[in-house]
Amino acid sequence: MGRYKNNAKAVHDLVRETEVHRDVYIDQEVFDLEMDHLFANTWIYVGHDSQIPNVGDYYGTTIGRQPVLMVRHSDGAVHVLYNRCPHKGTRITIDTCGNAGKFFRCPYHAWSFRTDGSLLAIPLRKGYENTGLDQSEAVKGIAHVKHMKNYRGFVFAKMSDSGPGFEDYFGESLSTIDNMVDRSPAGRLEIAGGVLRYMHNCNWKMLVENLTDTCHPMAAHEASAGTAIEVWKKMAPGANTKHPAVEIYAPFMSPYEFFEKMGIRIWRNGHGHTGVHHSIHSDYSAIPGYFDNMVAAYGETRAKAILDENRHNTSYFPNFTVKGPIQSIRLFKPLAPDKTLAESWTFRLVDAPDALLERTLTYNRLVNAPTSILGHDDLEMYERAQEGLHVDANPWVNIQRLYDPAELEQETAVINGTSEWQMRNQFRAWSKFMTLSM
Amino acid sequence: MSAPTDQDLIGFVVHEARLIDQHRFEEWLDLFAEDGHYWMPLEWGQTDPRLTTSLMYDDKVLLRIRIERLKGNRTFSQKPKSRCHHVLQTPQIETRDEAANQYVTWTPMHYVETRLDEQELYAAWATHTLTMVGGKLKIKLKRVDLVNCDAALRSIQLFM
Ligand SMILES: [Fe+2]
Repeated sequence: MGRYKNNAKAVHDLVRETEVHRDVYIDQEVFDLEMDHLFANTWIYVGHDSQIPNVGDYYGTTIGRQPVLMVRHSDGAVHVLYNRCPHKGTRITIDTCGNAGKFFRCPYHAWSFRTDGSLLAIPLRKGYENTGLDQSEAVKGIAHVKHMKNYRGFVFAKMSDSGPGFEDYFGESLSTIDNMVDRSPAGRLEIAGGVLRYMHNCNWKMLVENLTDTCHPMAAHEASAGTAIEVWKKMAPGANTKHPAVEIYAPFMSPYEFFEKMGIRIWRNGHGHTGVHHSIHSDYSAIPGYFDNMVAAYGETRAKAILDENRHNTSYFPNFTVKGPIQSIRLFKPLAPDKTLAESWTFRLVDAPDALLERTLTYNRLVNAPTSILGHDDLEMYERAQEGLHVDANPWVNIQRLYDPAELEQETAVINGTSEWQMRNQFRAWSKFMTLSM
Repeated sequence: MSAPTDQDLIGFVVHEARLIDQHRFEEWLDLFAEDGHYWMPLEWGQTDPRLTTSLMYDDKVLLRIRIERLKGNRTFSQKPKSRCHHVLQTPQIETRDEAANQYVTWTPMHYVETRLDEQELYAAWATHTLTMVGGKLKIKLKRVDLVNCDAALRSIQLFM
């Protein structure tokens, strides 16, 4: 008998106004409930439709623990299917991406399915005559994830009928995706450069909370960012320009006031972003030709407005994040209470200079790779927390900074950049979507 | 200036791995030419370090930052420190171009990195592009191709 299953009150009690119980990070039963409820009741990012440009293209990934396929059907529409043959359960595809041609063919018994999942043919079909096959699950074809939305190329899906519709769920937070797409003079993004996959032995929510944790960089990243600044001072004293890596690392050492003033915006349903007024991405050197491309596409006023947004991390609850000015996204895939796969993807802005993609990829490599010194700093903290939480003396994790009970009445706000309100916002959403269908 | 012998090239590659295993990073960094790079591709058969992401594409500044960080008093991911171990096959001479002062070797290897109770084993091929500078061999490019370059990897904190 578990403590949390079928016990909405016990799950609710894990989240207090200013602290959360350690079981949200370390308990197997809570994790299982997250997979069954939280990841079913919320809209989960699946992939970008530029990964499947041609008819028959597919991309395999997961929603929570469920293997799924994102596929381009013959009419051009994107479908999200469960990656399971309806016959005997075999995964239809194992490779991450490929082209199915006109139909999927299960490698086990050669049942075939159109790229919208519907059953096309069964070999030796007469063996099913008068067996009532038409009443079976198998004859329905490859099951669809029930709810799916392609928003400007970003494909999201929701497995359960519970929970809000797409627009209601994301609301104003979609402005971050809008801004990233608008940064392309053609208004189009293409996945480019490859994906960095970094295995973390910690709970997925630690990575999410870190996105808006602005009181850690100057402490945890002194090792990498602080060292980068010192090395550059010694190697190029008095230099006017910064080494590209130093330009990326140095802002992590900005003082507390910088992060206080950069601001955080809170949205409904656990979404929010850092970097309202400025961010660590504000002072990068200009990419020659890019601004001209933007002016030609949008006119000067609009081009400036698009590029003046320097949002740092936008956290799309529960496990997806967008960095508009860098054109990168990250997905934190939960594998176990103490195991998370962090995937970091990057985009080419169509019609922008290659030099911009080059900086995007440099950023991704320097910050998100398994070889990243900045990543090493963070992972060490997550994994120490994952171990430290087993201490019985105090089962509560504090998320109290700049707490004001009045915030409970407020759905959106722009606040001090060192507030932990966004972490509280996420946990309030966590509590809501965990128990919505219990 | 006389050209290096095959044995010079082989000895250089073996010595380079030893310096890493013994944490002699100052001497190791000194093996790189001023415009030298250390490259670990992300994709199988990758040809471009610029418009395809890499696991590492470090010039000497970035390598220097890594080495200084490893020593840092507040480098918590190196408390305690990682250790590493190379097993090399005999380096093979790919090309010798004395006129262009460029020598390329190819070395299959196993590399182990450990920290605390965790030990990771990697299989890789190292391709060294070497050149003579002031009578000494220097690294223009050290390329490390992991057999599982596109796998979900744990932290790699030292050098292969
Ligand atoms: Fe960090």
